[in-house]
Amino acid sequence: MSGKRTVHVCQGTGCISGGAEHILSQLKNSIEGLSPKEDIHVKCTGCHGFCQQGPLVVVEPEGTFYTRVKLVDVAEITMSLKRGGMPADRLFYHNPVTGNPVPIYRDIPFYKQQERNILKSCGKIDPEDIDDYFSAGGYRAIRKAILEMAPDEVIAEVDRSGLRGLGGAGFPTGIKWGACRRASGEKKYVICNADEGDPGAFQDRSVMEGNPHSVIEGMIIAAYAIGAQRGFIYVRAEYPLAVKRLKIAIEQAGKKGFLGKGILDSEVDFDIEIFQGAGAFVCGEETALIASIEGLRGMPRMKPPFPARSGLWGAPTLINNVKTYANVPLIIANGSEWFAMRGTEKSKGTVVFSLTGKVANCGLIEVPIGITLRNIIYDIGGGIPDGKAFKAVQTGGPSGGCLPESLLDMPVDFDSLVLAGSIMGSGGLVVMDESTCMVDVARYFLDFTQRESCGQCIPCRLGTKQMFNILNDITKGQGRPGDIELLLKLSESIKLSSICGLGKTAPNPVFTTLRYFRDEYDAHIHEKRCPAGVCSIK
Amino acid sequence: MEEELLEEIFASYKGNRRELVPILQEVQENLGYLPENAMSDIARFIGVPEGHVYSVASFYAQFRLLPLGKKRVAVCRGTACHIRGAPQILSTVEKTIGLKEGDTSEDLEYTLETVACIGCCALAPCIRVNTEVAGEMTPEKAQKIFLSKGNGGQDVG
Repeated sequence: MSGKRTVHVCQGTGCISGGAEHILSQLKNSIEGLSPKEDIHVKCTGCHGFCQQGPLVVVEPEGTFYTRVKLVDVAEITMSLKRGGMPADRLFYHNPVTGNPVPIYRDIPFYKQQERNILKSCGKIDPEDIDDYFSAGGYRAIRKAILEMAPDEVIAEVDRSGLRGLGGAGFPTGIKWGACRRASGEKKYVICNADEGDPGAFQDRSVMEGNPHSVIEGMIIAAYAIGAQRGFIYVRAEYPLAVKRLKIAIEQAGKKGFLGKGILDSEVDFDIEIFQGAGAFVCGEETALIASIEGLRGMPRMKPPFPARSGLWGAPTLINNVKTYANVPLIIANGSEWFAMRGTEKSKGTVVFSLTGKVANCGLIEVPIGITLRNIIYDIGGGIPDGKAFKAVQTGGPSGGCLPESLLDMPVDFDSLVLAGSIMGSGGLVVMDESTCMVDVARYFLDFTQRESCGQCIPCRLGTKQMFNILNDITKGQGRPGDIELLLKLSESIKLSSICGLGKTAPNPVFTTLRYFRDEYDAHIHEKRCPAGVCSIK
Repeated sequence: MEEELLEEIFASYKGNRRELVPILQEVQENLGYLPENAMSDIARFIGVPEGHVYSVASFYAQFRLLPLGKKRVAVCRGTACHIRGAPQILSTVEKTIGLKEGDTSEDLEYTLETVACIGCCALAPCIRVNTEVAGEMTPEKAQKIFLSKGNGGQDVG
């Protein structure tokens, strides 16, 4: 490493809410004003991951890590950067248990136990500068794909890697791509599903904000592989910063010849448009998302035909999640064996989680698939704060479930989570402690799904509402004997008779809380009390 | 003025029915909501029945059919926010500005809404005033934001 230092100022949504934009501009000014002049570069980066400790400022190459930085701290940080200056140790991260300062972020358990592939450049490169992406190895994979590989070879490589869709369902990516390539049709489309609607999940947002080019590069490789000419990124309306950065990235990629006509002087033509969602959770379902782009109400339709055969405007359409695309350049550049080194036999690679809730360290993490929940919550997350006891961890958002302490040593992979009654989902991981009421949590999720049901399948539209009403009564102390059986019966019918994933999985939070925390339901119904003290029972 | 604005917006579209959602978004961004007349004009422009425009506008949570307040206050009810006390934040804000969820004040100063998730879960619970997000809310902090006069959604942190 040369002696040149770079000061990274995180400009993720979390840090910006703490004033990071002003910190960035003030740091730039004050470092420029140093005399004698120092060769220090101040740059804007995407999410560094440890949002809870933000706004974050990181000095590289040392990795000095400043937390909860305020405008008034800028002068102190500037002084520390002068030759012979001492680090501003007041702003170091402090171990919450021992109280000891940890100056370098790599030594903090939150970072130490992670394995960052998709997030490797997030928080390090300037997301608004394509040259920074180049210097991190960006757009090397697309060169290799177009110049050295046939489309079928690209698909075979993705297939061999074992990559599975990271939007939640875990469908093998290579198989989907192959089906799309074989589907007949002159026009084909590539869509990136960035309608991250699960409450409690923000990993797609962070990838788009922190490394938008990786998603774009993955989409271009996909377009080359299946033979598509047009692409869409469907971003939810609540993510204005992601939209801004994607727009900049698309423009820059076009100027450098990675988008448009004759990419890298080949015969490949491909363009990407951004489509902003309008606030409907169900549009995360692929056929609803397609209807939304077509200018219709975002309502799912029956499958098959799957979008790979008949999708946007009836043409073969490839839909993958943000992180699935972000993995593709890494697989092409480093090879499928490299990718398949991580993970379990049936779930390869890494997974990005938004670790939140009642856990000491909240933020964005990336871990190899197969790591245990205990590793995530206690080693990376630092355990449960305020001396409280762990109660449950929720994965998979409204389609997932709440898992109890007895399952903490279960490996986190697509199949184990389904066996336990939950799903991987898009990557939200919400930790709950003894002060969380599981009946209230079930009520919370059913409130969400009954609001978000599109209404076309009657069992989903009316059934989720009825389930919500029953749960609401139980949390008010008005539960009746037989309510649990009724909930289970409703759950079964909604699951069997809904056409899309929203309805099919809506009962999961109820199923799992009943399976693992039945005593809490019984206490509410029969003893009229809330063991966690959350519900106000008169 | 509204007609001129619509003309101006339409100029950058082809009048294709697939442009409906982006047009609705742009009109709402400029007018703050979707007045009935504007929806009729949009229907004519893209060549669909008015009912179709209404059906799409009423489907998506983003679209508003009534005017909104100057300060749009959104309390996040995401999972992380919920278990870290969002219900108390919502009731505090409701009491402080005297509105119920979904309501707009008569003087069009405030609109109070809840959103499914802002995506700032590590800083839960969160609220958003216009475009500014404020995290790690407590009922006391929330009250302070709305009691300090002349707050235009700036400096909510």
